[in-house]
Amino acid sequence: MSTASASNGHTKNEMMIVASARALVGERNCFVGVGLPNIVCNLAQRTVAPELQLVYEAGVFGARPARLPLSIGDPTLVSGSTAVTSMFELFAFYLQAGLIDAAFLGGAQIDRFGNLNTTVIGEYGKPKVRLPGSGGACEIAIHARKILVIMRQARRSFVERLDFRTSPGHSGDPAHDRARGWFGSGPTTVVTDLGTYGFDEQTGEMTLLTVHPGVTLAEVEENTGWKPRVSESIGETPRPTGEELRLIRTQLDPEGVYTS
Amino acid sequence: MSKVATMRDAVADIVRDGDTVAIEGFTHLICFAAGHEIIRQRKRDLTLARMTPDVIYDQMIGAGVARKLIFSWLGNPGVGSLHAVRRRIEHADPEPLEIEEYSHFGMVCRYVAGASDLPFFPIRSYYESDIPRVNPNIKPMRSPFDDGTEVYVVPPLKPDVTIVHAQRATATGDTQIWGLLGCQKESAFAAERVIIVCEEVVDDAVVRRDPNRTIIPGIVVDAVVEQPFACHPSYAQGYYDRDNAFYLEWERISKDPESLDGWLKEWVYGLEAHAEYVEKLGDRRDSLKPGTAMSGEVDYGDYS
Repeated sequence: MSTASASNGHTKNEMMIVASARALVGERNCFVGVGLPNIVCNLAQRTVAPELQLVYEAGVFGARPARLPLSIGDPTLVSGSTAVTSMFELFAFYLQAGLIDAAFLGGAQIDRFGNLNTTVIGEYGKPKVRLPGSGGACEIAIHARKILVIMRQARRSFVERLDFRTSPGHSGDPAHDRARGWFGSGPTTVVTDLGTYGFDEQTGEMTLLTVHPGVTLAEVEENTGWKPRVSESIGETPRPTGEELRLIRTQLDPEGVYTS
Repeated sequence: MSKVATMRDAVADIVRDGDTVAIEGFTHLICFAAGHEIIRQRKRDLTLARMTPDVIYDQMIGAGVARKLIFSWLGNPGVGSLHAVRRRIEHADPEPLEIEEYSHFGMVCRYVAGASDLPFFPIRSYYESDIPRVNPNIKPMRSPFDDGTEVYVVPPLKPDVTIVHAQRATATGDTQIWGLLGCQKESAFAAERVIIVCEEVVDDAVVRRDPNRTIIPGIVVDAVVEQPFACHPSYAQGYYDRDNAFYLEWERISKDPESLDGWLKEWVYGLEAHAEYVEKLGDRRDSLKPGTAMSGEVDYGDYS
């Protein structure tokens, strides 16, 4: 991720981590990924969500990683955890049955309704770039009660039309979405290196809520593949506090692997 | 009766050209040594199944053992891409690779259906996703009961051969694993033939002292191979850590077909067996040794 330093003493990645952690306020059972989401969840646990349980699709509930996990299946996730389960149990009993409150997803492409592509760039049968595919993302998008998306924002990733819909978001028709009967309500928050977004209740459309300090609306528009919807009460993302930065720098990523 | 065999004999006897082969293990306990032996014996036309084809399948597919891949997540975990696999999918270079893809839950449930001898398994996934559009084996179905819930069903996956690595097993194949369990149990029960590779072959009494830890019973096992360090650069919980430096190196090695061929010559074709690979790793092994964190003990009770 970015090594570019933003002004006023925090990096772009630190701003993304802090803004994402704040979105987890009060949450309990959270599906974590590696990299930024791991730091986000550990920060949230120490600040706004003290009861947060870290759940990994590899089959771990209540992880207490003693080091930064190198992958989603790192042995440090196992030692000291509450439970290790088979992957069938994790997906069937924890996720599909509705026990997961929040989850992180990302992707190569996102559209204005929060649908995500992690499968291919180009045509499926003759791809320009073959991406990893779904993994657990398709079912996580359907069953986790809240979906948080962390992505760097650019025109090639924030697109008008996805090349492939791997994981469903909002359909653009809220009546249809309510009738789905899924535990998941589609993405609720998107945090980028430029700002934070929610989703409009009437249209299901991604809506810019805040821009990070130093970012202009013109920059956001330049980096979005459609005309972005902007909240009437748009503001600036509150800067990271001294305490948030201290936790990140001294405890969560002291070597600056993900945050520098 | 003992099923203990060398890796060479187990692979020669049990893996046949054209087979569907699953080497399972989610990040943990990935049996690289078995993959290398399959490459060394120049098996051909395999269909490789695995939830997360990672570096071992990139090596096998780069070496030309497979014509098809069944999977749910394709990548070098925590690092990036599988370049040999991508060359074949994106450019048919040096030849095409047929693919059949699912989500994680779909793949797990294919093994569950296979292990339970069911004709299909229903899950609540794939709604409004393009995945079923490109994989006709994922089909929508309505519940025959009153609520009429729409589900998607996936077909059973019954590999000809499943290969599982474990911390320990008996000579007859009773197998114990701790740490991440992935879908090893399901994929072993689903298979026609099973090879267990383990860090240590142990006495029956060791298994019987802690039967809750047995994941796969010997009744479904055809061969037991004792092969320490067989998962490198993957890991075995409590025995050795993941060699992350190698996963990072693979990014460079696999990008160029010639450097991949060179690596295969040096580390696979040029060696007789995995023991030589371990020897060749030298000091690198020592840095992967974890500290100790013993489990607590439970009392099973003596009812004699």
